Amino acid sequence: MRIVAVCGAGIGTSAILKVNAERVLERLGIDAEVSASDLDGVARAASDAQVILTSTELAPAVRRAIGRNYAEIVEVRNFLDLDELAVLLERSLG
Amino acid sequence: MTLPPLPDEAVALGAHAADWRAAVREAGRALTRAGAVRIEYAERMISVIDEFGAYVVIAPGLALAHARPGPDVLHEGLSVVTLAEPVAFGHPHNDPVRVVVGLAVANAEEHVASVAALANAFNDPEAIERLAAAGNAAEVRTILGLAAGR
Repeated sequence: MRIVAVCGAGIGTSAILKVNAERVLERLGIDAEVSASDLDGVARAASDAQVILTSTELAPAVRRAIGRNYAEIVEVRNFLDLDELAVLLERSLG
Repeated sequence: MTLPPLPDEAVALGAHAADWRAAVREAGRALTRAGAVRIEYAERMISVIDEFGAYVVIAPGLALAHARPGPDVLHEGLSVVTLAEPVAFGHPHNDPVRVVVGLAVANAEEHVASVAALANAFNDPEAIERLAAAGNAAEVRTILGLAAGR
């Protein structure tokens, strides 16, 4: 299972999302590898990913960037809310 | 996982900012006062938002202003600005912003550790509220889990 966290610059926000997603996956007992990427690198980073985590703001740009890729794009509102992340990840992976 | 130091010069409490650009510039100025970045780093943080939108508002009331590593980053740095009047960044859910955290990293590896530490500090759901209400830099360091004098 591969998950990619995406933000504009590929530092900062995507790293926060990656760290918190890892925490939530551990809590849920789901075995998955989470990486962080910027928008430019997302097509390659997500080529073998099941789920792409990003903000609502960036979701349309991510969708354009990945083109024909079947990874599910999950929009996260509050990057610091582990409960929101748990609900979203459980819905996509559970 | 350790956060960059947060000296008093890197903290601005109750700052007045007319708009989000001014708020991000405050965070940049604080990083410059602390010697972490050259002044032009602030404009690069603004460019990130111009280019990609207000996604840096990662939680209600909190913006994480940052740009990629570059020659204007002298060393890893963190700044905290609280706003006297909340400012809209144009985020669909998390506006208005009351706390701007400025982050500068010199390379990507260093950065992952800093950000993990930042995520830890914000695992407390009250942290943003407490930062917005902080009365001095020492209080801000306590909320972020930074040791005194750092």
